[in-house]
Amino acid sequence: MLTLDQVKAQSVATIISVDDSPFRAKLADMGIGPDQLVKVLYKAPLGDPIAMEVGDYVLSLRKKEAAKITVKLEGEAHR
Amino acid sequence: MKKIALVGNPNSGKSSLFNRLTGLNQHVGNYPGVTVDKHLGSFKDSQGHKIEVVDLPGTYSLFPKSRDEAVASEILVDSNHTDHPDLVVVVIDATNLERNLLLFTQIKDLGVPVILGLNMIDLLQKEGLEIDQQKLSEMLGNIPVVALDSRKGSGINNLKQQIETYQKSDLIPFAEASPIRNGAVLDLPEAQQIEDTNSRFRQINQILRFCLTKKENSKSRRLLSQRIDKVVTHPIWGYAIFLSILFIIFQAIYELASIPMDLIDEVFLVASQWIGTNLPEGVLTDLIAEGIVPGIGGVVIFIPQIVLLFAFLALLEESGYMSRVVFIMDRLMRPFGLTGKSVVPLMSGVACAIPAIMATRSIDQWKDRLVTILVVPLTSCSARLPVYTLLIALVVPNDKMWGLINYQGLALLSMYLLGFAAALLVALILKFLVKAKQQSFLIMEMPTYKVPRLSNIGLLLLEKTKIFVWEAGKVIMAIAVILWALASYGPPGRMDEAVQKASLAANLSTEEEAAIRLENSWIGIMGKTIEPTIEPLGYNWQMGIALITSFAAREVFVSSMATIYSIGEDFEEKSDTMIERLKNDTNPKTGKLSYNLATGFSLMVFYAFAMQCMSTLAVVKRETKSWKWPFIQFTYMTALAYLAALITYQVLK
Repeated sequence: MLTLDQVKAQSVATIISVDDSPFRAKLADMGIGPDQLVKVLYKAPLGDPIAMEVGDYVLSLRKKEAAKITVKLEGEAHR
Repeated sequence: MKKIALVGNPNSGKSSLFNRLTGLNQHVGNYPGVTVDKHLGSFKDSQGHKIEVVDLPGTYSLFPKSRDEAVASEILVDSNHTDHPDLVVVVIDATNLERNLLLFTQIKDLGVPVILGLNMIDLLQKEGLEIDQQKLSEMLGNIPVVALDSRKGSGINNLKQQIETYQKSDLIPFAEASPIRNGAVLDLPEAQQIEDTNSRFRQINQILRFCLTKKENSKSRRLLSQRIDKVVTHPIWGYAIFLSILFIIFQAIYELASIPMDLIDEVFLVASQWIGTNLPEGVLTDLIAEGIVPGIGGVVIFIPQIVLLFAFLALLEESGYMSRVVFIMDRLMRPFGLTGKSVVPLMSGVACAIPAIMATRSIDQWKDRLVTILVVPLTSCSARLPVYTLLIALVVPNDKMWGLINYQGLALLSMYLLGFAAALLVALILKFLVKAKQQSFLIMEMPTYKVPRLSNIGLLLLEKTKIFVWEAGKVIMAIAVILWALASYGPPGRMDEAVQKASLAANLSTEEEAAIRLENSWIGIMGKTIEPTIEPLGYNWQMGIALITSFAAREVFVSSMATIYSIGEDFEEKSDTMIERLKNDTNPKTGKLSYNLATGFSLMVFYAFAMQCMSTLAVVKRETKSWKWPFIQFTYMTALAYLAALITYQVLK
């Protein structure tokens, strides 16, 4: 099972589900929900946090938060 | 009178629109019980009727995740709330419709009358997007849609007209089955919130398929943003750029702020002297000349630094760079129980703790914010610089290590590093002591880069200055007057007796008389009383007096020293500078020089850690809404200063 924190930069993935966590509702508000396409853009030094394109904007998440998001890989720079 | 509210996501340009609508007809208040600023303003409609505008805190969703968001939700949900609006303008970043529309659909389903403001419409084409506004309006239930460019000001008149002529029609709900329609918002279980949100996004996406056309290969502006990000988040260049920006900011603050600060200092000194000589002699004149006027001066003197620092912070924030700083610093700050958002306040603390603490508002989680507020004053602010400079000149030789590194410069650098180290260490301890209601997270939007708008920055500076002068100014004035009273009065007759006695032995200069009076005032007595407790730190009672007077502001140390050490010197000749006098002063008990390496460093360490700034305490009180935290901060910092100074003295002795 692939989680978002393992996705490499410049790869596109579709969100399958978001695990239960204290910030799950916050992620939902930011557009992180099932079927959403995300493109990982770049990671901060030390690989954490991670910046990604969600719809039309850029969101940054800590690795710990991204690890709660299960995704399916769509391929490289597909959009 | 009509009351309208501006609601929208952070970075939607809502504040720009608020500034456009109200101009200078705005002020900041507070919502009762929370540290959330309440921005109120007004404008006149074409009939000359006043329309009140409230700019609600930026929020992503009606289901609140922070205090700011909770304030916005409560006002919108509770129709009996005093700030509940007659009409809501939901401001939306048109280049990011999908996420921005969530909040709009939620508010619409509350049944509150809404107008949709499509902001940043000018950027839409640059992004290769096209919106069918007519269709969007229809699909959202025939609500009025106004295209806006709040940065340039276009569409504002149209919006005003729409507000004026708004007719409430029977609104078709967006999500028929949503619990929001029954007002179930603040008490809705989380699982249902998420379900509601996810289904709204599905619906929004369907609508956008009809109203929004994307042209391929024309996301130039966004690509530019990402290209800049590549550089500013680079493992080497990213930090190098951040450090250079900090360097420029501090250079500018030290260079530019000192000019108005010296001027303010001079003006208030002259004013106080003028009042002292020209008003009839008496207690009232003394109070005005020596208590109130310097007290006001003590408030005003901070304004240049506050304005300059906030001007730079606003530039970084408005341009979008600030969130990149948070991004590259977050991982590094986390081991200390801080977040990336703590970095800028901590760095600002090097200039002045007051704007630094005011800048912690950007930290959305209370625990992170509180810890940052508690440790910021440990970083060495500019007021400590005169103290360090004086003491280093006294005790550190002006030589070079290996003929290269100046010892005095090295000592100064060490003091700054010591401040940072202490701040991080204390944060680490507080991480375990302060209880958090919520787990810390960083789910942060990284806005595209924008050219900052100067009028927005100007209004922000005006607001921050007003807050400082009115809210903190009251407390600072009160303490300044108390300190004045303690320094100019003593037990009945004691000061006069001492002066008389001394004048029998020799002719007293005014400076000498002032020194004797200070020695016999309440503060002088306090300085002597605490001598036994500060003796282990290597201090004499003169330093005790300076420590107590420094509570008003650290830099007072230098002037107190000047007053105290004017004793016993022949001022006619003025041969000795104050520094030479201090250098030659010996401690009668130990027979050693009063200012040797051990006492010098002990004093510097004390000043590095002690909370000797009533202005900071007043600001902490304002930002935490209670006296509890400034009290705790004062206590722990004093204890830390005492212990650290004790160790320093005993080791170096």
